Amino acid sequence: MQFTLKVWRQADREATGDFVTYPVDDISADTSFLELLDILNERLLARGDEPIAFDHDCREGICGTCGCMVNGFAHSHERETTLCQLHMRSFTDGETIIIEPWRSRAFPVLKDLIVDRSAFDRIIQSGGFIAICAGSAPDANATPIPKEAADRAMDAAACIGCGACVAACPNAAAMLFTSAKIAQLASLPQGHPERIERVKKMVSTMELSGFGSCTNHGECEAACPKGISVNFIAKLNRELIRAALWG
Amino acid sequence: MLDAKIPAGPIEQKWDTHKFKLKLVNPANKRRFHIIVVGSGLAGASAAATLAELGYDVSVFCYQDSPRRAHSIAAQGGINAAKNYQNDGDSIYRLFYDTVKGGDYRSREANVYRLAQVCNQIIDHCVAQGVPFAREYGGMLANRSFGGAQVSRTFYARGQTGQQLLLGAYSALSRQIGLDKVKMHTRHELLELVVVDGRVRGITTRDMVTGELGSHAADAVVLATGGYGNVFYLSTNAKGCNVTAAFRAYQKGALFANPCYTQIHPTCIPVTGEHQSKLTLMSESLRNDGRIWVPKNKGDTRPPDHIPEAERDYYLERRYPAFGNLVPRDVASRAAKGVCDEGRGVGPGGLGVYLDFSEAIERLGKAAIAEKYGNLFQMYAKITADDPYEVPMRIFPAVHYTMGGLWVDYNLMTTIDGLFAIGEANFSDHGANRLGASALMQGLADGYFVLPYTIGDYLARSGNNPQDTTDGEFQSSREAASARIAKLLTIKGERTPDAFHRQLGKLLWDTCGMSRNGPGLETAMAEIPKIRDEFWQNLKLAGSPDGLNQTLEKAGRVADFIDFAELMVIDAHHRTESCGGHFREESQTEEGEALRDDDKFSYVAAWERSDNPAQPTLHKEPLTFEHVLPSTRSYK
Amino acid sequence: MTWPVLGFFNTSTGKKVGMGVTGFVVVGFVIAHMAGNLQVFMGPEKLNQYAAFLVSLGGLLWVLRGIILLAAVLHVIFATQVTLQSWRARPSSYAVYRYQASSYAARTMRLGGPMLALFIIYHLLHLTFGVVQPAGEAFDPHHVYNNVVYGFQVWWLSALYIVAMGLLALHIWHGVSSMLQSVGLNHPKWNPWRFGLSALVAGAVALGNISMPLAVLAGLIQPA
Repeated sequence: MQFTLKVWRQADREATGDFVTYPVDDISADTSFLELLDILNERLLARGDEPIAFDHDCREGICGTCGCMVNGFAHSHERETTLCQLHMRSFTDGETIIIEPWRSRAFPVLKDLIVDRSAFDRIIQSGGFIAICAGSAPDANATPIPKEAADRAMDAAACIGCGACVAACPNAAAMLFTSAKIAQLASLPQGHPERIERVKKMVSTMELSGFGSCTNHGECEAACPKGISVNFIAKLNRELIRAALWG
Repeated sequence: MLDAKIPAGPIEQKWDTHKFKLKLVNPANKRRFHIIVVGSGLAGASAAATLAELGYDVSVFCYQDSPRRAHSIAAQGGINAAKNYQNDGDSIYRLFYDTVKGGDYRSREANVYRLAQVCNQIIDHCVAQGVPFAREYGGMLANRSFGGAQVSRTFYARGQTGQQLLLGAYSALSRQIGLDKVKMHTRHELLELVVVDGRVRGITTRDMVTGELGSHAADAVVLATGGYGNVFYLSTNAKGCNVTAAFRAYQKGALFANPCYTQIHPTCIPVTGEHQSKLTLMSESLRNDGRIWVPKNKGDTRPPDHIPEAERDYYLERRYPAFGNLVPRDVASRAAKGVCDEGRGVGPGGLGVYLDFSEAIERLGKAAIAEKYGNLFQMYAKITADDPYEVPMRIFPAVHYTMGGLWVDYNLMTTIDGLFAIGEANFSDHGANRLGASALMQGLADGYFVLPYTIGDYLARSGNNPQDTTDGEFQSSREAASARIAKLLTIKGERTPDAFHRQLGKLLWDTCGMSRNGPGLETAMAEIPKIRDEFWQNLKLAGSPDGLNQTLEKAGRVADFIDFAELMVIDAHHRTESCGGHFREESQTEEGEALRDDDKFSYVAAWERSDNPAQPTLHKEPLTFEHVLPSTRSYK
Repeated sequence: MTWPVLGFFNTSTGKKVGMGVTGFVVVGFVIAHMAGNLQVFMGPEKLNQYAAFLVSLGGLLWVLRGIILLAAVLHVIFATQVTLQSWRARPSSYAVYRYQASSYAARTMRLGGPMLALFIIYHLLHLTFGVVQPAGEAFDPHHVYNNVVYGFQVWWLSALYIVAMGLLALHIWHGVSSMLQSVGLNHPKWNPWRFGLSALVAGAVALGNISMPLAVLAGLIQPA
């Protein structure tokens, strides 16, 4: 297969970037999207050009490191697929593919397709945990937890923190990410003692990080490689209203 | 003679006695001790969080953009603990026994017993953190049998157990970062260790965004930097996983133990072509319900549904009737290689075997299978474009985990004072073969419940010793790192780092992979120095040392992989017995099973660097077994 | 941030809850307003009596008007804040961007909102204050029926009303379901009802309001 790639190139955080066009040919349909970039990079390096910088690590859809906009879709036009799980067989031969980084004020571009997502870490640092020190836990089966609650918590906990929700959101909001952690912990009895403080702190940090405001488009859910539901955003809203009323 | 500092006394009491004898650091003094943790996976994140909870001043470094991304996240199947919630006869002793036996009698009994002791606390702690383990309808934790265990002792969170445990440790770490007890340095790579008079003083790192080299002093340094599986180029490790930190420690005098022990995981997705950048593992929990087979006849290229039952060879069930498809990883992998070598492999290149769920789907229904393995099936379908509900999966073994690592004593300290190694980075508790669902257990045991005790003892004894990072060893360390980077960038040859890495990986897979033999290893010992020479003369890089430069990062790691590969091959060559993941063709039974040589090789091979990389010095730590007496592992 | 009240309305969720609740008040008014106006089909006496009744409420009428006006103003303020926050959040836009889930209604909220505000001003000038009289007939504050019918006999004015009601329906369609989500009234089991309810309200408002200019244009309703 052959493709024309239009890739966003930006030297560093301060530089202004632009699209550069690269034709690539002789690509097997079983090549993954990141392997396509590998191949292009090997060819660029061979002719002395600087390879395209892109984030990636596990390449099996779980670490959340990779991700960029591909033809206007965060990660992929395929549902529940990270960029590393996307294969060239999903494109048509000869297609022009436009590749640009996540764009959000809270995710500044560091180089080419790499963005700084540390805002997500700061949201978790402000309250995305249960404050328990190693050694102090009771027996794991001391508190029965209904299977439904555990399953719901797991649905929310599946978030890989890739940032596709922010990237795909027309408002660049981080509600899906934040709500997934809040919903996970609020679904479990262990998470209840801190639920009011947690939602206040995490939402405050989210707001101060420069993310936009959710207007219920549902693009985040559609883009999420783990299929996290916007129902968790409603859960966050309930938790926040509870905090406002009683906290 | 290596002293592992194993406490005296009955095995059940060793750890408790030892904990009591360990010196404590006065609570008010803890904040004066600065501890550096390199790596933020299960071991690193849990250790850093726990040390900060105790009151130490902690700094954490990771090469990823967030501590949540470490490759522990990719572990799927589960975590073992001897809770015996299923009332099926499990106990600490049984877990200990199984782990020593599973490791093919090449691990330390005392360490393994401690691991089995503390693992129950891990489950308690993780549940308290909000890790959403699978549960029964009654609200109690669910368990499954995993990786050849005869009891159900594995706790799991769908197929994402590693992710959930890592996020638990990450949340604990995040809490400490938020409290300013931990200083987090993401996108930082360790380039050098600073060691003065046999004691670690700090590290030199490169900021991978700005390119800046920085020095960080510490009273103790903990390496939680994972394994070296990526030396094979193709492995199930994340692309960034590397041996650099551990190898830098080796270069500074730490001993490297059993580098030839690598685990080849039986259930991975086969290679599709030259473009392949990594391999994808699918949890071996799949073997609980999937049946592994190949055609009985060589060169049978019919599609699987056209091959009648009578012409299929369910070779694991045939050869190991007691364990069937659930034999340990090393056995399953070698068997798959065996049938492929016979020409009965399936798929492109004949490098694959079927993992067939049709019988289980018929018995349990598609919904039950989807509930158990849905995400794995989806992952498989995405990569291969085949639907495993309809067509049997094709699987092939792939490098997955490395049991070897930095040699550590019972306190998890290396032979450099103040330098600790935890998790996959140490040679630890798995002997020559790791059992399924034990890696998560070990990483968290080290981080939450072992290191926090033992490091205190070291600090209490060694005292606080602030260092000036502006000159002396720190300065020369920065200069060394800087010179190495400059050298890499000025070669201006013709081949890319990836090209060298692929070449090295192929050589190792062929000579030091699933089975090894003397002549093959000798070829590798001759070839590796040639690869190294060419690397340093013909490497091609672009960009500058200042700022983000991924090929430069890659080149530095490949350089260390090449040097490390030599050590690995030397170790594999010296160990002429077969044990666990290390299969020497010269040492096998008539039936083709691994044959240990306990008289000659019942020891840990710990290698010390010498000026000639081809001749490191071998130190032996003898292994004695008082409880689990070595016998031939039989899964028949 | 200061909790509970100020902090809450400093968050985007708080603003959206505010936007939802004020929107709910306005939607309530829209439905009541429509129900009252549909009396146009029952003849001039009925409608004029209804108008006279409202005027007779005196102070209460002004209280109600005040609540609605306040809700509308707050609605606009919250919406503006939320919009500005989102614009700031993505300073440089994508070269290519494709929607996968978003509805047309959701995407037109920010365009439809200001257009509706302009329409409401015109609507007030036309039928409440009688300042603009496109039909050329004199505005009679005691003859609401004729004011409406003369106005709708102007084809382009009817067309404007019909288009505005389409916009209003779109706004309500997304607005009601979005409001329920913002206040957390969301459950997988009830979500089909949530979407059904918003479509029902939007459809009823559109059909009810559009029926009046259509009836006038079709000659079914004549000036008294």
